[in-house]
Amino acid sequence: MTEPMVKAHGVRKHFGPLQVLKGINLEVDHKEVVCLIGPSGSGKSTFLRCVNHLEKIDGGRLYVDGELVGYRQENGKVYELREDEIADKRAEIGMVFQRFNLFPHMTALGNVIEAPMRVRGIKKRDAISQGRNLLDRVGLADKIDEYPARLSGGQQQRVAIARALAMEPKLMLFDEVTSALDPELVKEVLDVMRALAREGMTMIVVTHEMIFARDVGDRVVFMDDGVIVEEGPAKQVIENPREERTKQFLGLVLEH
Amino acid sequence: MAATPGVETRASGPEPPDEIEAVPVRHYGRWVAAAIVALIAASLIRSAVTNDRFEWNVVGDYLFDSRILDGLRITLELTVLAMLIGIVLGVILALMRLSANPLLSTASWVYIWFFRGTPVLVQILFFYNIAAVYPTIDLGIPLGPSFVHLNATNLITPFFAAMLALGLNEGAYMSEIVRAGIISVDQGQFDAAKAVGMTQGQTMRRVVLPQAMRVIIPPTGNETISMLKYTSLASVIAVHDLLYSAQLIYAVNYKTIQLLIVASIWYLVCTTVLSIGQYYIERHYGRGGPGAESEPLLHRIIRGIVGRRDEVATGDAGPPPPLFSDKR
Repeated sequence: MTEPMVKAHGVRKHFGPLQVLKGINLEVDHKEVVCLIGPSGSGKSTFLRCVNHLEKIDGGRLYVDGELVGYRQENGKVYELREDEIADKRAEIGMVFQRFNLFPHMTALGNVIEAPMRVRGIKKRDAISQGRNLLDRVGLADKIDEYPARLSGGQQQRVAIARALAMEPKLMLFDEVTSALDPELVKEVLDVMRALAREGMTMIVVTHEMIFARDVGDRVVFMDDGVIVEEGPAKQVIENPREERTKQFLGLVLEH
Repeated sequence: MAATPGVETRASGPEPPDEIEAVPVRHYGRWVAAAIVALIAASLIRSAVTNDRFEWNVVGDYLFDSRILDGLRITLELTVLAMLIGIVLGVILALMRLSANPLLSTASWVYIWFFRGTPVLVQILFFYNIAAVYPTIDLGIPLGPSFVHLNATNLITPFFAAMLALGLNEGAYMSEIVRAGIISVDQGQFDAAKAVGMTQGQTMRRVVLPQAMRVIIPPTGNETISMLKYTSLASVIAVHDLLYSAQLIYAVNYKTIQLLIVASIWYLVCTTVLSIGQYYIERHYGRGGPGAESEPLLHRIIRGIVGRRDEVATGDAGPPPPLFSDKR
């Protein structure tokens, strides 16, 4: 049996006295799309940031593709990874942020080819042709030379997805990627993600889009107050939640 | 657009209303103030032209005097070298200050505290006389063996002392400027750079510093202009800079005012050239941001002369510029 892509075992995280993650147990299989839902402050974004070690976990164990995140275990001892080793690991995991975080001083294409060139050492010519393909795939072939400030939110977010895909990641993390978008721009981003899921990308998606979670997610995980309250097949959790807290949350989200 | 005046054009359909031709408010106060300023300016110019004691021909004679030009060269060398020291030191000190290591950040803080807290003229005199406390300078492992012995009295020329003092002093100011630039960059940029697998060094070089530059460049330009003028302090330790060269000449011929005017003209020429250079550098680092295509240089110079009150502070705030002008 192969290792799951992500395996969290009792993951804990606190910011000062505030316990944000109180022991998260979760497995994400290869090619699986898992949607994390829950009220803000429930810890779902923090968990996502732990997966590529943007946040250090304080307890438990977190594995990506069978390897500890941020640490190395040898002879029963745990060693912190060096900064460049962490960077190497992160390069294999794509992440898309709520606020896009495109590099404003680079064009759309510049954003996409930067990491393949600097981190992977790919030749500029190859990086450019790959970058053009990716931007074409997210429907932005005509915006290649635009700076982010000239793009709409939806376009920026699609560039951000292309930027993450350029590293050919084995896992994609989406952190509320449509929350900062005007309502009419949400669909174009979700469509790209939908296509990505169909192609078999392993994805963890923190989202408030319940319809998307139900239709695209293989599994939905409901988090509240730093713990996983309920998880199961997407359709079942969204349409027939078992837990009272999940029902309450979904009631509030879906009623409008 | 020929609606007859006085006739209501209610039924004119899609035709937009006439342009407004209102009688402007009369700013009598402003006019009086402008007249007073014009009067003062005129009388100043008149006195400068008609007062024979200015001896403008003497100014002209000395403007391109070889001693003055040599002094100008020294002034420029001193400015460039001191600024280089200051910028390199500033980046190092800023990174130290932002370091997680408390010793590094405290050391940086103490350095800044010391060099900002004492007058640069005192520092110049101090370094000029440093041979009094350190007659020899040994380079080697701290508290260990040393490899190079240098005689401080020979090493510390007036020029070297001035360069060191001005550069070290500048480092303190530059570090605060660089630090402000770095912390002005959004935390999300660090996240995004890390998430694609960049190391800390790559994140700094490729993502953070280029963005920090937009905040760093304008005050650095001001610092360079200030530095050009501060180099004149070096004249007190007999560095043959522009001011000192002028002083040497008027010590002999007593044309004090004329030679000070000569020096001032050169200082003005240099600071003007620097301002123009700053504009182009700012424009380069403004790529992709608001103000990226700011107004033409000529407008800016004119505005700089007329008044700086609404100058665009490169990048932040301000209304976005009109889109599209990347024609070239």
